[in-house]
Amino acid sequence: MIEHAENAAEPLPEGNQTLSAGEKPKPARNGFFYVVLVLLVVVFIGPILFIVINSFKHKFSISSDPFALPIGDMWAGLQNYTTGLARTGFFEAILWSFVITVLSVATVVFFSAMTAYYIIRVKTWWTSALYYLFVFSMVIPFQMVMFPTVKIADMLHFNNPLGMVVLYLGFGAGLSVFIFSGFIKGIPLEIEEAAYIDGCGPLQNYFRIILPILKPTTVTVAILNAMWIWNDYLLPYLVIGLSTRYKTIPVVVQMLVGSNGNRDMGAMMAMLVLAIVPIVVFYLVSQKHIIEGVVAGSVKG
Amino acid sequence: MQRALKKYFPVFVAPTGIAFTIAFLLPFVIGIYLSFSDFTTISNAEWVGLENYQRAFDESQGFTSSFGFTILVVFVAVVSVNIFAFAIARLLTQKLRGTNFFRSVFFMPNLIGGIVLGYTWQQMINAVLANYGTTIISKWEYGFVGLILLINWQQVGYMMIIYIAGLQSVPPELTEASEIDGATRWQTLRHVTIPVIMPTITICVFLTLANSFKLFDQNLALTNGAPQAQTEMVALNIVNTMFARMGQEGVGQAKAVIFVIFVVLIALVQLRATRSKEVEA
Repeated sequence: MIEHAENAAEPLPEGNQTLSAGEKPKPARNGFFYVVLVLLVVVFIGPILFIVINSFKHKFSISSDPFALPIGDMWAGLQNYTTGLARTGFFEAILWSFVITVLSVATVVFFSAMTAYYIIRVKTWWTSALYYLFVFSMVIPFQMVMFPTVKIADMLHFNNPLGMVVLYLGFGAGLSVFIFSGFIKGIPLEIEEAAYIDGCGPLQNYFRIILPILKPTTVTVAILNAMWIWNDYLLPYLVIGLSTRYKTIPVVVQMLVGSNGNRDMGAMMAMLVLAIVPIVVFYLVSQKHIIEGVVAGSVKG
Repeated sequence: MQRALKKYFPVFVAPTGIAFTIAFLLPFVIGIYLSFSDFTTISNAEWVGLENYQRAFDESQGFTSSFGFTILVVFVAVVSVNIFAFAIARLLTQKLRGTNFFRSVFFMPNLIGGIVLGYTWQQMINAVLANYGTTIISKWEYGFVGLILLINWQQVGYMMIIYIAGLQSVPPELTEASEIDGATRWQTLRHVTIPVIMPTITICVFLTLANSFKLFDQNLALTNGAPQAQTEMVALNIVNTMFARMGQEGVGQAKAVIFVIFVVLIALVQLRATRSKEVEA
């Protein structure tokens, strides 16, 4: 696991170090640092480990020995997982979470990049007004627009994955247009002028020249949106609701554990584990891009 | 060239524009109107002036107390997240082997969504409190500490990544010069490193402030405001007003407008305050 993480995460550019060049690191101090870091790893992994361990225990052992390993009588095998799955339709929720996230991210990235390009290249009073509206929408808490958005979505029959894609495009446009605009501003106009002289129209110019240059920013925007949409709870809960089949993972988790006081802790732990697994897999596969994306996003933001 | 592109408005701007109008612009305007109305749907709204705003501050609404609790949480969270994130970032910019592994581990909680995160911590904290025969929802102090732990666990890794990028951009000549001049490590940190990375601090404080202020999922999952709405933060209070209590939609919308004004003001004040401390490296 350590090996894997080491390989997957390309080091960030090793710039400044606290020790100046030529000076040897002091072994005693480094030993202390490692002790601190290992303790921190325990703190950071602890809660996840706790959930994993308990998901394999009988209900009774979860409350009597929460920190013990699931051995001997405590071992419940996959029983919690089967109960949890039977009660929630969890795999279907993973499917719909996946469908909604992938479609929305693709849509947000595709359209907001085009919009950002237009806003930067066509300079009129209303394109700059639009730009500031997008920026403004980033600061506004969802509760402000929640009620009207849900009612409008209801009127338009948006309680399905495609409706959600439209809403996520609307809410995701703010940050995405902002990040793309920042990048497009830095692309020299001469490249495009040359393309025009060679006979490219605006569409050809955008898709053949601008879009390839935008690729690293596209990855950043896609990752920031994916993290948000996959984990979003309130919007799918309010728009899709509990009566359709398109419930996402956060919605079914909340349904399973939040609905009544008499909860099955074992099943709950098992579902929490299943909810975390896809994220960890996604993270292990793309952590280099995720971490770079976060840095790029924050510098622009 | 600009003229040629201008005609392509329907292709480049219209899709985003329409979605943005449906999801945000129109609801924002309607939301302001509704905050002055009595309604259960958008179409039956009846203008009532400032009544909703007055009712929002009634004792029974729990709005003012949720605001107080939110400010307490935000203050403690912003300070602790930034101190821990900065300290860990310093640690990971030393010449140590395996820093990438540690970086990856510390960042991971950030990807876990608020609902799942909230229940994970609820289980953890309840398991600890079970030794004393109590649970997280029995005292507001437990919920408060739980929220602070959760926010730190979730956000420290994210801010750490940004601080690492900031620390790596500090020119080594500056810190070296300061050490040659006989400054202690602490003095170098205080008078060289921190002033130079002020833009990074601005960003991190802003992000933690905004994230903590708008906290909803974690609050819902961890305590759902229990006991007696004492751990209810503003966002949760507003959602509960609009969807869990009958006939108070207008009050909820008025609260949302007050919340927006507050968030925008804080954002402006904070950006101005820390920007003024930034220096050129």
